[in-house]
Amino acid sequence: MKTIIAFIVGLLFALGLGFSGMTQIQTVKGFLDILGSWNPALMGVMIGAIGIHSILFHLIKKRGTPLLDTKFHLPTRNDIDKKLLIGAALFGIGWGWGGICPGPGIVAATSGEFKHDCIRCLNARRDADS
Amino acid sequence: MINAILGGVLIGLSVSLMLLFNGRVTGISGIVAGIMRLDKNDISWRAAFILGLVFGGFLLKAFYPQSLMQISSSGTGDYIFAGLLVGFGTVLGNGCTSGHGVCGISRFSVRSILSTVTFIFFGILSVIAYKALRGEL
Repeated sequence: MKTIIAFIVGLLFALGLGFSGMTQIQTVKGFLDILGSWNPALMGVMIGAIGIHSILFHLIKKRGTPLLDTKFHLPTRNDIDKKLLIGAALFGIGWGWGGICPGPGIVAATSGEFKHDCIRCLNARRDADS
Repeated sequence: MINAILGGVLIGLSVSLMLLFNGRVTGISGIVAGIMRLDKNDISWRAAFILGLVFGGFLLKAFYPQSLMQISSSGTGDYIFAGLLVGFGTVLGNGCTSGHGVCGISRFSVRSILSTVTFIFFGILSVIAYKALRGEL
């Protein structure tokens, strides 16, 4: 049952990312590109997601336990260490450079565009060599 | 913008379902990294979640193909560089846009708020550097 829920959550999450434009590199880069033509869509996604989840989180937490488990598996740390900040900085650099973070990366990997491009690229190389 | 907010609401609802039923944080980098531990009792829900993301990608491709990114092969080196940083950084910093950005901030976690501010700040610098190197600023 937990497996089915996880699948449904993944599916809905992917649709949310797609619907909001987050599976587009331009949308993500556009949000970070404050010196260029700034695109606020990512902020809209965060407002929508945090707006709903911050309310539901506190309501769900009040239940004491989740429906299918004996306890909530939530992070308990609240110390600020170097690893947290260095990790976030490195992630941020990669995120800005490529315009892809883990969620949209996995969702869009199914688009197949990348594979087609690789094939086109190989064909072009072969043509150039011959 | 309304699409972005509605998409965000759907994301917020999906991570709330995960918490309500499974008691888990929906942090994508953490769920993926957890698979690598190959813990038998823990792997199936993680794999199912990833499959759900992938299946969602197929649905988008079938019904809303313009939502998916076009990646050009000319930037393969850039994507390898970016992917390594994203993978290493999210594991070192315990989370990404979903785990820290959505779930953590909703919990009012100080670590997550600080992480999100940090990765957005460095993301901005990175885009500026990327454009500057190409003379696009």
